[in-house]
Amino acid sequence: MQALGIEVLFKGSNFARLLGGLWVALEISLISVLLSIILGIFFGIIMTSKNPIVRIFTRIYLEIVRIMPQMVLLFIVFFGTTRVFGWNLSAEAASIIVFTFWGTAEMGDLVRGAVTSIPKHQYESSYALGMTNVQTYYHIVIPQTLRRLIPLSINLVTRMIKTTSLVMMIGVVEALKVAQQIIEANRMSSPNAAFGVFAAVFVLYFLACWPISLLAGFLEKKWGG
Amino acid sequence: MSEELLKIEHIKKEYGDNVILKDFSLTVHRGEVVVIIGPSGCGKSTLLRCINGLEPIQAGKITLQNKLIDGKSKDIAQIRQSIGMVFQNYELFPHKTVLQNIILAPVKVQKRNKKDVIKEAEQLLQKVGLLDKKDFYPRQLSGGQKQRVAIVRALCMHPEIMLFDEVTAALDPEMVREVLDTIIELAKSGSTMVIVTHEMSFAKAVSDRVLFLDGGEIVEEGLPEVFFENPKTDRAKKFLNTFEYDAVKHHNI
Repeated sequence: MQALGIEVLFKGSNFARLLGGLWVALEISLISVLLSIILGIFFGIIMTSKNPIVRIFTRIYLEIVRIMPQMVLLFIVFFGTTRVFGWNLSAEAASIIVFTFWGTAEMGDLVRGAVTSIPKHQYESSYALGMTNVQTYYHIVIPQTLRRLIPLSINLVTRMIKTTSLVMMIGVVEALKVAQQIIEANRMSSPNAAFGVFAAVFVLYFLACWPISLLAGFLEKKWGG
Repeated sequence: MSEELLKIEHIKKEYGDNVILKDFSLTVHRGEVVVIIGPSGCGKSTLLRCINGLEPIQAGKITLQNKLIDGKSKDIAQIRQSIGMVFQNYELFPHKTVLQNIILAPVKVQKRNKKDVIKEAEQLLQKVGLLDKKDFYPRQLSGGQKQRVAIVRALCMHPEIMLFDEVTAALDPEMVREVLDTIIELAKSGSTMVIVTHEMSFAKAVSDRVLFLDGGEIVEEGLPEVFFENPKTDRAKKFLNTFEYDAVKHHNI
């Protein structure tokens, strides 16, 4: 049987470098997620507006984000805007901008969905019990909205973490890029390193995302129905 | 005659050109059970929603113990505490348990002592046979159970008057009985109620007065035994007939 190239991981500081790469990916996604949640809540509330002009603009924004591949957005922001506007943007900053631009739209749509999914009758039965507007939102509407929102937004977080593997294309040295570097450097001594190293990347991503997925599933089950 | 609790005076309700209630008046006395029947779309559910200030009216006024009911006024939340309303689709709060559903408003709105409210809620649940379900979530209950919880939730506010909006319309036939029995118990205990229903034998049993509504106005009004046995108007006769079937097959037994 051919060597699987796993031994390469334990040469020098290779494994630590891979972890470092994963941390870069997580850092980009966590900062983007945080910004996306904050901006997305505002955007989602704006999306529930009945004003037709507001609706058209929010719709266009959402569609752009959905239709355009993230890679194209990354290229436009990192290679395109830096050239045209002549500003100095690090690859990490460009990544965070693109991921926040994406996450805000998706998060906004989740917030809009969660807010509008509370049936009118829930408000009415709360009013009928003598509750004021503020009490109705505090006790009835917001808790139900959050219960619908949190599992969905956790799924968005895992999608964002996965998608950060694209940022190597604009030169961010994250897990996948580090893996490539390790494979290149050991091409002579361990020609099969690609298997072992990429397998390790797979396991690392899995370990980062699986608990988050489990949490989403657990919350969905706990609050569902 | 006892105190006039609810007074509806010449109200008019319309959606655009569509007139739902035209010049409608009704007085409900303390302890009285008024049942409203009529074909779908006759305005009976809308009437209950107007009484609770959930729908604006275009003319006339509604008062409960001489306090004006106006959905836009600041006091509406205060007045609604005296009006218990039970909806067709139960509308329990899905994120709260049975007990939490019941005590929420008495504790948070009326600022009553939580322990006392829980004790009262448990007594009421016991009465409707649901004490063992107090820590269940609404999704774990059957329709009939949810509706009984909704009734208890409204009662726990100590309302002056209860409004029932087709509370058995969404239930499976075998669950209807348990809910209607609960309402009949309330009637016996002297509660003031306005009930919209399609259950004719229940209407006959529970009511002090029956109103037959059609096209947004009262077509006929009277004592249940008179109305159901000898309706005076053709429209009421026709409506009551829709609940009767003539045999089409004749079996030779």
